[in-house]
Amino acid sequence: MDKAQRDIGPEAARFSPAAGLAKLLGRFSAAARRYRIEWWILVAGILVIGFIAFMTVFPGIFTGYSPLDQNAGPQLAKPSAGHVMGIDNLGRDIGARVVYGARTILGVAMAAALLSALIGIPLGLISGFAGNWLDKVLSLVMDSVYSFPGLILAIAFAAMLGPGVINITLAVSVVYIPTYFRLVRGQTLSIKEELYVEAARAIGARRSVILAKYIFPNVIATVVVVFSLNIADAIMTEAALSYIGLGLPAGIPDWGMDLSMGKKFLPSGVWWMITYPGMMIMMLALGFTMLGEGLSEILNPRLQEY
Amino acid sequence: MMAYGSGDPILVIQKLSIAYPISIGTVRAVENVSLSVRKGEVLGIVGESGCGKSTLGLSMLKLMKPPGRITSGSILYKGLDILSMSDRALLDLRGRNLAMIFQNPLTSLDPLVTVQDHFIEAIRVHEPEVRRKDCVARAEAILADLGIEARRLSEYPYQLSGGMRQRIMIGLALILHPDILLADEPTTALDVIVEAGFTELLMKLKRQYDLTVLLISHNLGLVAEMADRIAVMYGGRIVELASVEDIFSRPLHPYTRGLMACVPNILLDQKELLAMPGSPPDLVDAPEGCPFAPRCPEAMDICRAKTPTLAAYGASSTACWLYERNA
Amino acid sequence: MPILIKAERLVKDFPVRGAFLEKKRKFVHAVDDVDIAIEEGEVLGLAGESGSGKSTTGRLLIRLVEPSSGRIEYRGRDITEYPKRELEDLRAKVQMIFQDPVSSLSPRMSVGEAIGHPLAIHGMRDKAQRKGAVIEMMEKVGLSPAEYLYRKYPHQLSGGQSQRVVIARALVTRPDFIVADEPIAMADVSVRALILQLMRQLKDEMGLTYLFITHDLATAKYLCDRVAIMYLGRIVELATRDELFSRPHHPYTKALLAAVPIPDPRARKPKDLPTGEIPSAIDPPSGCHFHPRCPYAMPACSLSRPPLRDVGARHLSACILD
Repeated sequence: MDKAQRDIGPEAARFSPAAGLAKLLGRFSAAARRYRIEWWILVAGILVIGFIAFMTVFPGIFTGYSPLDQNAGPQLAKPSAGHVMGIDNLGRDIGARVVYGARTILGVAMAAALLSALIGIPLGLISGFAGNWLDKVLSLVMDSVYSFPGLILAIAFAAMLGPGVINITLAVSVVYIPTYFRLVRGQTLSIKEELYVEAARAIGARRSVILAKYIFPNVIATVVVVFSLNIADAIMTEAALSYIGLGLPAGIPDWGMDLSMGKKFLPSGVWWMITYPGMMIMMLALGFTMLGEGLSEILNPRLQEY
Repeated sequence: MMAYGSGDPILVIQKLSIAYPISIGTVRAVENVSLSVRKGEVLGIVGESGCGKSTLGLSMLKLMKPPGRITSGSILYKGLDILSMSDRALLDLRGRNLAMIFQNPLTSLDPLVTVQDHFIEAIRVHEPEVRRKDCVARAEAILADLGIEARRLSEYPYQLSGGMRQRIMIGLALILHPDILLADEPTTALDVIVEAGFTELLMKLKRQYDLTVLLISHNLGLVAEMADRIAVMYGGRIVELASVEDIFSRPLHPYTRGLMACVPNILLDQKELLAMPGSPPDLVDAPEGCPFAPRCPEAMDICRAKTPTLAAYGASSTACWLYERNA
Repeated sequence: MPILIKAERLVKDFPVRGAFLEKKRKFVHAVDDVDIAIEEGEVLGLAGESGSGKSTTGRLLIRLVEPSSGRIEYRGRDITEYPKRELEDLRAKVQMIFQDPVSSLSPRMSVGEAIGHPLAIHGMRDKAQRKGAVIEMMEKVGLSPAEYLYRKYPHQLSGGQSQRVVIARALVTRPDFIVADEPIAMADVSVRALILQLMRQLKDEMGLTYLFITHDLATAKYLCDRVAIMYLGRIVELATRDELFSRPHHPYTKALLAAVPIPDPRARKPKDLPTGEIPSAIDPPSGCHFHPRCPYAMPACSLSRPPLRDVGARHLSACILD
């Protein structure tokens, strides 16, 4: 772990949220001077995500229509002053579907990422720390899952589990468990050899304590970055799943599904059904990617100062 | 070029300053250093971490890593200004006239290249027309001087011990018979007995190859054994420059005195090691005044206000207001 | 003084990952049948070069590394087979200081947390009480202002300060015995003297016993009461400080002493150095490990391992020479 990483790391990884945030903000102004582009990327990512998150919490500000209301206006109406994004083939206001659909996709993606992390991280820690047959078995399982193309795996699970928000979340999360596992296991393997871990043993700390207090905090920095990029990927996967029709029931507004429907009407010149959901998917995924990349530069700067 | 005899100033550093700009300010790694290296001498540059000795050494060959920059001053090798040389001329100078060996022989040698190929490359960089056979012959000759069997030529670095690798390093540095050898902490990574053998070897080669040696080290025992003169650095400046005997028995600068008093000597029965409180200064935007003033037991007001310059008092030089006042 | 910690016939072999089809497993014989007895209140120096086994021996004594065979006693109690629970309790009494202070502190733990953790492990649950004990310890080792440094992280400290934190952490549970593994090797010259001074002072104040592991004999001479010299996993000489440095017996000890650089130009003299380098610990020479390099070697030296025998007042040497 290089010195610069240590420079920023502990501040960002403090568990007290208020203290952590304050320190993070303090770090950001220093980072702004230092990193320029990367900092702006981070800020851009935060703004995009913030905006969309705001949209999920206060949908009323953005649209007066319900995403399920099939009498919002004339079917397939072009975008106009009253319906900024137009109407879809079932008479629903697309703007409303975009606004409310954000909840769905963001919710599923974040829940899936969280679930993957909650499973993958502890397994990675234990596997890396314990070694032996446990490590070999877990690695084998994880590597096998990892070697599957993510989307195929998600499709397989989604098909197996059937429709429903929870099932979709599960299907998407399975894909990413190995990512956390491998990352955390790798870090654990190298941190395990550090002198401070030996020192922790010398003061009498039990293995569980060593894992929790000495190894985990030193692993968390990279995990935070991966988490953000993971959400970006999960967004795309969820959209893809509902695009092919697996997953969410009709009643729930979903961008992927809208994409799928919009595709059918594109040849007849109806571009607004597919464009807006598509743009939103891209924006949201991009937002999280920028957040992840920006954080990555700040937490693990590639450019050494001297 | 005029001929340089023993004792002539073969490398002259004048008012050299090197700085590293970082986000919170500028690190003044080397400040206003002037030094004249005499042909045939072993000049020891001594100091603790952060004193600037390694930066100074690297700057001789303009090997500092960016963003380090030489902000002022000059380095003259046999009258030639190194700092204004073209990159091409500098590349030629390195290895042929000035050579350097570093602390860690493990990372200084390419693990994928045999010893022999290391030598061939070292020669060919400067003399591309030399035939392979001749390169190997020269390598064998120098290996004999180093006390290494010729069969080692076909081996890879991992097959050699640490001491042997360090000797190969010297060999690579000396293969083109440079005038000046810079050694930056050459024995820090070596065991005591190997270190002693290395020191003996270096002295022998110095005589044999008529070298001038700049020895950068924090190890006072090492410089006591090898050096003719010693420059003590602190906070990026030279605080004392004197013969090795004077430095150890009649140190002028309070920092030098402090150093001498805190080093264990196995031949003596030392009851107490007198330690200097405090730690080396922060070189970022260092303020005016003597860098040692915060820790100096004899600091005066003027020490904190104005930076003393290196001045001669008899055969020794020191940068200290204690003497300048009384001069 | 009574014996505080003792080890008999200590052996540690580390398996070496051989090539795929190698018939016999190879081992690094890091510690090869070592006896050691440390008296309460003394500073025993364990000196040697790389591969001597000194660091491993130190770790074996406190069971940070498990011995391949041998017996370890602490205050007369056999701790070789101590179960995990008792061993954890023991850790409050026997502690270690490491070579690289920066690497031996977790970058994500503040000074206060790092020093306080041993207290938490050994039962001091009350945070305020812990903080009080930590601040007290910090002031004892010269980390001041303590309140200010309490919140700092290792990367914000100087080398000397980091090593003081490591020392504070080792002493906060009021142990009896400290294994100090090259505690000043990575420090600046001027800081070394400070740390040595501090270690001496703390030893007197807190009634400590040290095993001081070092490769620097000059430092050993300054700090230690007795010194043991190790070579390739074995103790080759053991004597009081004055005996060892004025009347070294074993040829390896003599070589080491001759090789130590002296910070005095008047002491320059040609040195009588042994040939060759330290051999591999996987396949060490037979009999006396030093015989291939020893200027006095006789045929008998390669046949059997010379035992440690009395050669003077409290002076043992593993050499058959007179």
